[in-house]
Amino acid sequence: MAGEPDALRQKELVHLVRQDCGSCHGMTLKGGLGPALLPEVLREKPAEGLAATIYYGRPGTPMPPWKAFLSEAEAAWIVDKLMTEFPQ
Amino acid sequence: MRLLLIALSALLLNACAGPQLRGTGDLGLIIERASGHVTLVNTTARQPYARIGGLGDLSHASAVYSRDGRYAFIFGRDGGLTKIDLLEAKIVKRIMQSGNAIGGSISQDGRIVVAQNYTPGGIKAFDAETLELLSEVPAEFAPGQFSKVVGLADTGGNRFAYALFDGGEIRVTDFSNPRQPTTQRFPAGSQPYDGLVTPDGRYFLAGLFGEDGVALLDLWQPEKGARKILENYGRGQEKLPVFKMPHLRGWSVAQGKAYLPAIGRHEVLVVDVATWKEVGRIPVRGQPVFVMARPDGRQIWVNFAFPDNAKVDVIDTLAGKVVHAFEPGKGILHMEFAPRGEHVWLSARDDNKVLIYNTENFAKLGEIPAESPSGIFFTSRAVRIGF
Repeated sequence: MAGEPDALRQKELVHLVRQDCGSCHGMTLKGGLGPALLPEVLREKPAEGLAATIYYGRPGTPMPPWKAFLSEAEAAWIVDKLMTEFPQ
Repeated sequence: MRLLLIALSALLLNACAGPQLRGTGDLGLIIERASGHVTLVNTTARQPYARIGGLGDLSHASAVYSRDGRYAFIFGRDGGLTKIDLLEAKIVKRIMQSGNAIGGSISQDGRIVVAQNYTPGGIKAFDAETLELLSEVPAEFAPGQFSKVVGLADTGGNRFAYALFDGGEIRVTDFSNPRQPTTQRFPAGSQPYDGLVTPDGRYFLAGLFGEDGVALLDLWQPEKGARKILENYGRGQEKLPVFKMPHLRGWSVAQGKAYLPAIGRHEVLVVDVATWKEVGRIPVRGQPVFVMARPDGRQIWVNFAFPDNAKVDVIDTLAGKVVHAFEPGKGILHMEFAPRGEHVWLSARDDNKVLIYNTENFAKLGEIPAESPSGIFFTSRAVRIGF
């Protein structure tokens, strides 16, 4: 995959997803006020749309844009990991 | 001879003495969210005294206490409900009561523990003694549609008030007959995200995410229905993104005013509890998450959503502004005051410790190691309405 974040940045992104996305989606990503982010839930959804949701947010829902904290490539990397197996 | 006997019996008594007697008023617990542990603490010694594991997924876990402060009921994210004995420092009983839970509450008489659930959406009542299921009330707001439940709080007469995030309702369920509860429904507004009962048990407030404002229900006159306060507090202005939902609880009320987090604005909104009119706004350094009054109401401590969750602002209610702003640690998730407020404990998730501060001079008094700590809950909650 092009532009994969380096190891240190990957660690930061994993922490961000588990701890901060986890406020709504659950630390184990099984969902909370926000939907679950497990592979079986995301499988049918287009990866590009999911990355856009992370980057731009989803107006009309509580999902905020995260573009101030990560790049589009990093959002795509997160989606890729969420759809397969998200690191601990 | 008689003296000798007395001396002898005193010796015998000492020798037979079982575990040392103690009260529970200065005990509490710290949730260690990532590893399923709780650390039990003493707020007089300001030290941990035991650690208990095996509580499952404790992210966003919360706790309520039995009337005697001896037992804690811990609601885990994974639907686990665990009853802990603080004196024996052990798990008394543990059940899985749902798939995805968000907290709970305990009845006025201490006999019923109620859990609020996201999946399946609704509330469930349990016998506080045995954790036997007594009844459940699904949060069905339209045929076949179930809502996530938020803001559950106890109020007088074994009634519980809560809100439906997806259903836009406030509900009041009466468990006077715990196996046959009755429920009243009130339209509230778009996406209530949390709720609180005022310390006197009279009003239930549900903060709204989907629109500006707070829904208010007078529990003494529910027939009047819910009405909106703080409408349009952000009128015409672009909302800032909210990276974590704020939390509401009765701690927001101090000195006749409610101090509430604004949504999408870096402000604390001040409302007069007698008129429910906005009487002020206090700028703070981020999206407020917890806006908690010290028990005497002189100070309001505010922590923040990502990316400002290293910061804490302290408002002086007399001055009506922030008088102390600092960065005590990384990932400040929760705060809890000592029963009368001379100290505050802050959980610093990413520093793996709980920090203890003097609230009068803001001096740091100590710290306690804890793995990814989140909620801190002291037994003083046992005697407060709406906690």
